[in-house]
Amino acid sequence: MSPLLYVAQRGTAVILAVAVAVHLGTILYAVRGGLTAGEILGRTQGNLAFLLFYGTFVVAAAIHAPIGLRSILREWTPWRGRSLDGAMLGVAALLVVLGLRAALAVYVA
Amino acid sequence: MSAGTQSAPLPRRGAARPRAGFAAALLHRLSGIALALFLPMHFIALGTALQGADRLESFLGLTHNGFVRAAEWGLVSALALHMVLGLRVLAIEWFATRERTALIVSACVAAGLAVGLLFLLGGA
Amino acid sequence: MNAPVPNAAPRDPTVEPAAGAMLTVRIRRDDGFQTFTLARRPAQTILDVVTAIQREQDPTLAYRFACRVGMCGSCAMMVNGRPRWTCRTRVAAVAEGDALTLEPLRNLPVVKDLAVDMEPFFTKWTAAHGAFEPGETPLGDFAVVAPDSPERRAVDAGIECINCGVCYAACDVVSWNPDYLGPAALNRAWTLINDVRDQGREARLDAVSGDAGCQSCHTHMSCTEHCPKALAPTFAIAGLKRETARTALRRFGARHFRRSA
Repeated sequence: MSPLLYVAQRGTAVILAVAVAVHLGTILYAVRGGLTAGEILGRTQGNLAFLLFYGTFVVAAAIHAPIGLRSILREWTPWRGRSLDGAMLGVAALLVVLGLRAALAVYVA
Repeated sequence: MSAGTQSAPLPRRGAARPRAGFAAALLHRLSGIALALFLPMHFIALGTALQGADRLESFLGLTHNGFVRAAEWGLVSALALHMVLGLRVLAIEWFATRERTALIVSACVAAGLAVGLLFLLGGA
Repeated sequence: MNAPVPNAAPRDPTVEPAAGAMLTVRIRRDDGFQTFTLARRPAQTILDVVTAIQREQDPTLAYRFACRVGMCGSCAMMVNGRPRWTCRTRVAAVAEGDALTLEPLRNLPVVKDLAVDMEPFFTKWTAAHGAFEPGETPLGDFAVVAPDSPERRAVDAGIECINCGVCYAACDVVSWNPDYLGPAALNRAWTLINDVRDQGREARLDAVSGDAGCQSCHTHMSCTEHCPKALAPTFAIAGLKRETARTALRRFGARHFRRSA
């Protein structure tokens, strides 16, 4: 892991620590009495603060996770080198696309 | 600190301490893998709302069984655990926190499980 | 704390074995484990045991030691699965039911029996720029180093390392990632980063970065738990993580923003 990857991973970790705390609080609140789509969408539809929060959350997670996966794969499997780095970039892209699509979906739905 | 001031701590019976740091890193890593695998599925599930609330509702209906409930409890615990163990790493790396590792680790695990338990009690 | 062990009370079980007690020692040799049996003695160390076996039972047993008093760092082995200085470890403190298992240090190639080849350890020490770099031109005057300055304190915290390899054997990252420089080399680099006379700072920060460097440490803290000198390489490595991150950000900023300013 280069120093800049280290900064990226630990920096996003700080953002994620706040975001996850909020998210966990939301989960604990939301699951009381069971989850329904109506309840979820009622909170999220047209809520710009919600969209910005989860947009940031998604981007931070998409940077954070592939850096960690890269270290794990390097240590626990023989996979190294450019193909691994490329694959991890792919994972990051996938998480950004799927995550922003999900945040947008519950915003506009 | 001259050469004479430091030495091997006198060994005691059963000196092998529990490998708390190893357990912390392993739990951190395993919970991270679980979250990384879960995240795309989570996003895809929420993305079904694009096709209307009914699709999301019918998807949520699939989750009302024991196995999925257990997996959800595990994931909520993993999320909480991964967060608090990450805070442990940041505390050591950035603030040179020197408290007993074992203490920090047990607090982290307890916090993670507490959040998971709250989820279980709060959920239907 | 190098003071002699306080006179133990008579029959202190960590010093005095029961009369006639025997010790069973399993030693990993080149062709598997071999078991020896010998008498327990008062205040017996692991090194005493190995020496007794070699002199009285099997002269072909290979092991390494020099000073016998915890100064040279050459006698470390795995004792019941844990890396230790054998000269400073009492049998009574670590034997499990009158039994011991001795193996060569983990993470290093074995030369013969209990003696390992320390070459990879010292190669990495050099690769981490473990030598003081005086620079092309010597400083004009003596450097004034205040004993209680933060830099000098950081050096003090790690300077007593004698390169015994215990932390290297304890480190899980070394066993997962054979390129990883390891706690001792990184601890040494951190003492030099904090040496105000040293001129090799930038190159050393590069040398300790990357997939073999400080960022790969997972804070298992095995090195810090096992260090016989009670040093804390984990925190030295954390210092390197902070310093390399700061330098990388500064260079990144200089590369991408200074031109437009």
